[in-house]
Formats: sequence, structure tokens, C-alpha cells
Amino acid sequence: MKNKILLFSVITIFGIIFFIFYKGLDDSKIYTPDVNIKKEIPLFNTKEFFSREDVKSSSIFELDKVYLLNIWSSWCVPCRQEHPLLMNLNLENKLNIIGMNYKDNLKNAENFLKELGNPYKEILIDLDGTIAIEWGAYGVPESFLIYNNKIIKKYIGPLNQEFVDEINLFVK
Amino acid sequence: MKFLRFVLIVIMLFPFSNVYAEENDKRNKITKNLRCLICQGQSVYDSDSEFANSLKIVVDKKLQEGLSEDQIYEYFKTKYGEWILYDPGLNKNTYILWLLPILIFLIGGAIIYKSFIVKK
Repeated sequence: MKNKILLFSVITIFGIIFFIFYKGLDDSKIYTPDVNIKKEIPLFNTKEFFSREDVKSSSIFELDKVYLLNIWSSWCVPCRQEHPLLMNLNLENKLNIIGMNYKDNLKNAENFLKELGNPYKEILIDLDGTIAIEWGAYGVPESFLIYNNKIIKKYIGPLNQEFVDEINLFVK
Repeated sequence: MKFLRFVLIVIMLFPFSNVYAEENDKRNKITKNLRCLICQGQSVYDSDSEFANSLKIVVDKKLQEGLSEDQIYEYFKTKYGEWILYDPGLNKNTYILWLLPILIFLIGGAIIYKSFIVKK
């Protein structure tokens, strides 16, 4: 009787452990962060891309307007890919696209814009990547949809048509 | 006179380099406990990605501002979530993680006690 209980409990314990490990096999180990965050936008000071003048973040983002902050760089290949989508988005007048030039050579960045066009209403410089950290960004490219000084949604990686449709829907 | 100047320079240099080393230690300790989110499985200290390098600069800045280690962890937690820390705190999502080893240890200890010590 005692042996039976022991055997039974050993089998059940191993069964449970096997089940947990087996389930764990399918789980993705890659962490995907929460993209629907309702967070206040951070405050920061930086320089404007063309004039190199100091700007405060509070003077850029106004209430009751929709902004898209796009982190980009001339050395980043996916940025090239998403650029035409940004150019199209710019045709919608209600959306203000703000660019953030991330860890870039400014000369190269200017050439990038000359070649592919400039969809940005304003471009800010983030030379050492610390402002991107303030925003909770993971790298380039990354875009933040902002309304009333709050981040509505963030898009990690290059924008695609699905994201663009979502942004257009929100702007309307 | 020259000797005096030399001594003065040594005295001036000594405490500062000490402070710098201390700050470096602290920075290394903090970055070792931060997860690089681009290159998952690596700490920020080990990584040389753009993201990790920027994060190191931010840690330096925060240390210079006089923030403590815990305050810096708290800052990154609000920006990136609990995931960025390698040493997760005790909360409702992690209590199993923390309590399970203790529980297993106690149960195992009880079994050993019952079957070996009591029998004798």
C-alpha cells in the first residue's frame, strides 16, 4: 500500500514536471514589449537638425494635435524601406511627423533626406542615443503616436501598410 | 619647489581617481544587472550594440546626477518595464519564482527527516 502511494506520487510529480517543460518548449523566449502604453511623453532638450538651435520638447508637442515621432538614421537600412510610407503619411495634413535623427553623421543624414525627400515637420538630433532611451525606445527605426502629450502607441521596427492604416484611422 | 608641486599634484590626483574608480565599479554593477533588449540574453555591460552603449551613457549621467542604484533601476523600470532587470523584485508575478525553491527545500527536508531520521 505504501509502495503504491510512493509510486503514484513519483509518477504524478514527474508528469507535472514533464508537462511544464513540454509546454515551455513552445513558448517564445523573445520578449515583446507592451506597445499600447498610455504614458506621458518625456521632457528633454536638444538641437534642431537644420538650424542647430536649441529646442525644448515642450515647445514642439502641442495639445489636441496628433504627432508621429519617428526615430531614424541614414545608416539604418529599414529606415530607407519605411521612408516612402512616411512621405505618403505627410500628405495627410492633420498628422505632424517629427523626426529624431539617431546617432548619425549629420552630413549623411542631410544627403539621405535630399535623396528620399523630407517628410518631417521638424527634426531633432539625438547624437548619443540618450533621448531615445528617455522615450523608452529600442533602436531604429521606431515610431511613437502621440496625442495630448501622451504616447498612444509605439511601433517598433519599420512601419508597414497595416500600421499606416491604423495611424490614418486614428488621425481621422 | 618642483618637488612640492609634484607632491601637490599627486595629492590632488589621488582622491579623484579613487572616486572615479568607485563610480566605474558602480556603473559596471548596474549595467551587469540590466538586460540588453536588442540582444536578449546579454547584459548591457556585455553588449556593444547601439542601444546598450546609449544605456551606459544614461547610467553614467544618472550617477553623476547623484541617483542611487535603486533609483536608477526604478527609472529604467518605468521606461522599459520589469523585464529590463536581471534581478526581478518580489511581486505578484514573481512570487512563485522566489518561493518555489524554498518550498521544495522544505518539503524535501521533511521527507528526508521522516524517512531517515525518525526511522532510526
